Amino acid sequence: MPSLKDVQDKIVGVKKTAQITSAMNMVASAKLRGAQDKMENFRPYADKFNEAMSNLSGGGNTDQFPLMEVRDVKNVEMVIVTSDRGLCGSFNANIVKLAEKKMREYEAEGKTVSFVCVGKKGNQSLKKTGKVRTQFLDIMSDFQMYNAREIAQDVATNFLTGKTDKVEVLFGHFKSVAVQRPEAQDMLPITPMEEEEGAEEKQAVGDYIYEPSTEEIMDVMQPLYLNVIIYNAMLQVGASEHAARMTAMDNATNACKDIVSDLTLVYNKARQAAVTGELMDIVGGAEALKG
Amino acid sequence: MAQQIHLEVVTPAGAVVSEDVDIVNAPGYGGDFGVLANHAPFLSTIKIGLLTYEQGKDRKSLMISGGFSEVSNNKITFLVESAEFGSEINVDRAMKAKERAEKRLAQAAAHDGNFNQVRAEAALQRALARIKASKID
Repeated sequence: MPSLKDVQDKIVGVKKTAQITSAMNMVASAKLRGAQDKMENFRPYADKFNEAMSNLSGGGNTDQFPLMEVRDVKNVEMVIVTSDRGLCGSFNANIVKLAEKKMREYEAEGKTVSFVCVGKKGNQSLKKTGKVRTQFLDIMSDFQMYNAREIAQDVATNFLTGKTDKVEVLFGHFKSVAVQRPEAQDMLPITPMEEEEGAEEKQAVGDYIYEPSTEEIMDVMQPLYLNVIIYNAMLQVGASEHAARMTAMDNATNACKDIVSDLTLVYNKARQAAVTGELMDIVGGAEALKG
Repeated sequence: MAQQIHLEVVTPAGAVVSEDVDIVNAPGYGGDFGVLANHAPFLSTIKIGLLTYEQGKDRKSLMISGGFSEVSNNKITFLVESAEFGSEINVDRAMKAKERAEKRLAQAAAHDGNFNQVRAEAALQRALARIKASKID
């Protein structure tokens, strides 16, 4: 039987932990709102951008753009976007797991794999593979478009110099507050957008005045498109991180409450045992005096 | 009332402008261009510089950095990396950025550093556009 004092100390300790986890939950939910707003704000830009991209790729052939060049794939690069901070359940671990799975698959096909880590957590886990080419750390808490641009430029340079033949982005897709799923998206070479609208759309495209030529516009837009992909992945991870942390902290708070109620039971039992023991002593003493 | 064209300026951080205006002037690839109502469909890349637009007697200007613009159906959309109103610009900061960029350009010229030169050049252009925008508003 643990002593009364021990149990009491433990209850106080667990209650304090619960206080911290529930505070973290609230902080995460506030930050989630911010991250979701940021995602909402980006949507019009992304939508318009994709629209213009698909309008443009209708004309002209793809071979002339170095960023669209399809080569025999020997070297694959994966951009792993994770959060900088932990305590968010299995969120980062799931992304890393997907990265490792893909790495094994590619290596089984005889391809070499390298990683670009965005966010500390992915870097910590993948460092040991020795395949991390470069990393961008401590930017996930407050990133802007120029952070995404820096990453996209680095990756694109590597692709253009022929060091990599294919680039994928791995990130945590923010499906809802409850569901975040690790996902891989092809980034390079850029695949032409599909035309779903058909002939009518094409007609409208033909009427545009382009300044300068479509080719030159594509040269400007393609790097921007890479920025959009990276920025989007970062936004998704930013929101997912907070959502995952909310869930994790909620679970932790509930676990703390369970432990406290268990411990309270133990405490009450121990106290009752002590009271009974004392009573027995007193009664025993009184009996002895009488006799 | 004269005919108007709908202007939208969209950045990754959200829409900055969405209103009907009389005329838009913007820094295009081949030089500044102006767009009035019912312009033909048009697509151009945008350089760092000043976007100005007029509504009656109101004249406003924004500093914008690289992207592109599209005109269609009497609507002009700018997709740019950043857009700031002249009144929102911190002139001191822009001035300092200008000096910094000039210093770096001088250094780059001395050491023949290619990549940094491109970056410093862009930084200088942004700073100059900011200073210009802040003077108009």
